Amino acid sequence: MKKLHYLEIKGESAGFYGLLAGLIGIILIGLGASYYMEHNGHWVTGMNNQVIWGMPHVFAIFLIVAASGALNVASISSAFDKKVYKPLARLSGLLAIALLVGGLAVLLLDLGRPDRLIIAMTIFNFKSIFTWNIFLYTGFIGIVALYLWTMLDRPYNHLTKPMGIAAFIWRLILTAGTGSIFGFLIAREAYDTAILAPMFIIMSFSFGLAFYLLVLLASYKYTERKLGDYIVNRLKNLFGVFIAAVLFMVVIYHVTFLYSSEHQDISAFILAKGGVYTGLFWFVQILLGSIVPLIIIYSPTFNNNRSMLVLAASLVILGGFAQLYVIIIGGQAYPIDLFPGYTVTSAFSDGIVAPYTPSLPEFLLGFAGVAITLFMVTFAIRLLRFLPESLEDEIANPHYAD
Amino acid sequence: MTTSNQNKNADQSRRNFITGSFAAAGVAVAPGIFLIQTAGASKPLDQEASKKNRWGILIDTSKEVDWDKCVEACNNEHGLENDKISRPDQKTQYIRVVEVTNKTTGYSKQLPVMCQHCEHPPCVDVCPTGASMKREDGIVLVDRHRCIGCRYCMMACPYKARSFVHETLKDQREATPRGKGCVESCNMCVGRVDAGLQPACVEVSNGAMVFGDLNDPESEISKLLKKQNTKQIRADLKLNTGVRYKGI
Repeated sequence: MKKLHYLEIKGESAGFYGLLAGLIGIILIGLGASYYMEHNGHWVTGMNNQVIWGMPHVFAIFLIVAASGALNVASISSAFDKKVYKPLARLSGLLAIALLVGGLAVLLLDLGRPDRLIIAMTIFNFKSIFTWNIFLYTGFIGIVALYLWTMLDRPYNHLTKPMGIAAFIWRLILTAGTGSIFGFLIAREAYDTAILAPMFIIMSFSFGLAFYLLVLLASYKYTERKLGDYIVNRLKNLFGVFIAAVLFMVVIYHVTFLYSSEHQDISAFILAKGGVYTGLFWFVQILLGSIVPLIIIYSPTFNNNRSMLVLAASLVILGGFAQLYVIIIGGQAYPIDLFPGYTVTSAFSDGIVAPYTPSLPEFLLGFAGVAITLFMVTFAIRLLRFLPESLEDEIANPHYAD
Repeated sequence: MTTSNQNKNADQSRRNFITGSFAAAGVAVAPGIFLIQTAGASKPLDQEASKKNRWGILIDTSKEVDWDKCVEACNNEHGLENDKISRPDQKTQYIRVVEVTNKTTGYSKQLPVMCQHCEHPPCVDVCPTGASMKREDGIVLVDRHRCIGCRYCMMACPYKARSFVHETLKDQREATPRGKGCVESCNMCVGRVDAGLQPACVEVSNGAMVFGDLNDPESEISKLLKKQNTKQIRADLKLNTGVRYKGI
């Protein structure tokens, strides 16, 4: 059996430098957009007093949720001793940190007063899940960094398993904390449910692995390194299970809400009466984001077809954005029911589905977050030994027979 | 020799004068002390708000009132409406007039809605820096020096009572510090309350709104609450609001 060998990517080609330059360009444009929003005030955005969190938050929460999910591959290899995933663990840890940093950057740059960040880092209200998230997010970066160290530094390899278990438990709490940002809110009907915390955990499995697959396939393709079908198929099957699990959570959410007359209105809004939110839910989140990828993954026609797998992962990410848009924006747009049984109107948008059109600066800030993630990964795999030089079947498959 | 007698008389006369002055001053001041107590006991600025008080407002929606006057008084008091470039859905509101119509019967009425000053405010629970705070005497407000503008409190408020400042502001009132990037809401005119006055909206409500100490059984508001049935908006959330309504 051939030996596994990690190696930095060459990173000398015009393509490599072009990619880094392009990503820096997107980051700078996003920073400019953030400055524009902060300097002028949020009146330049589509956000208002009803739809309080907009496109930047959709991006930020997607990246943060994907971050904890991207660590799954490493967790399965260390905490659950699945040796076949061990060669993939370093990239998994790196991507987890990069996704979290990208998401946090977008979140922090959208604050009304980002200059007061030092207050948020030093004065804490421990009843707020936001405060806990500050510790969970920074702690995650620290723990995964240590976890990576145990993997990269040979004398510490024996600590990989305990660090892997610690990182796994930490990321579960972190994603539950992210889901609870919404799940703890009693004010809005779309959020007043405990299922959001576990649902976000399952979403992280799916979105994180989708992002991981795209980064893995792209890194090996563009560095012309070998990536065997064995490892890709193992990841593909895992991916299918996660997509189905998210679908299950969505079904439970809506069936439970529809069952009671108290909650059925919000479910009816998303499923039928919500205009753009209904369209995004059925067409993008369910059809494109869940059903089509499942068909691609489980249909024998597309066995070993890498392009179709890339399509499936891309669609899952698109569906993930749509899902978060429906939850975050749709949940806010739906009117607060101050007087059940009464219609409510005012000069201040009571009783109506609040209008929201994302503005360009919001998108640009969101793209910058993704670019920060990709820049960090591209830079790191050039700098350190995150990627195995070859993942052909002879190396990756522990049962490989000549 | 009459000198000592004259001195004695002068002394006595001075003593009488001094005593008389004190008496007159006492008589002059005494009614004033009673007046202050009736208005709600203004407290010295360096004295902290106390748990002994819990400020509340009772709104009688059955009275014929132009509630827009309350909105106007609030806007003037706090210097609102200087957010000129924000869209209408982005402009600040502390108090708003809401029209409710019964879906089945068609019965309709108007009433004012503002921050309900909950005993268990969700906005205070979720604020990461503690900028959204509740004073000991029950008034819920935002510390504009600590707010980082994350808007989580706006997500958490069940009454849509909070607003975000979407633009650079000018000509703010000194007593109501407002600035771009921070969240704000009705603070029960906390500066006026501390000075022994009533909130601006209550003052122009023609008696339809009553402000007072919910913890004081002898206050007008407590007596009214004991005598008649009143409700809280979204009472099922068990937030125990300080603002109560009659006639909804």
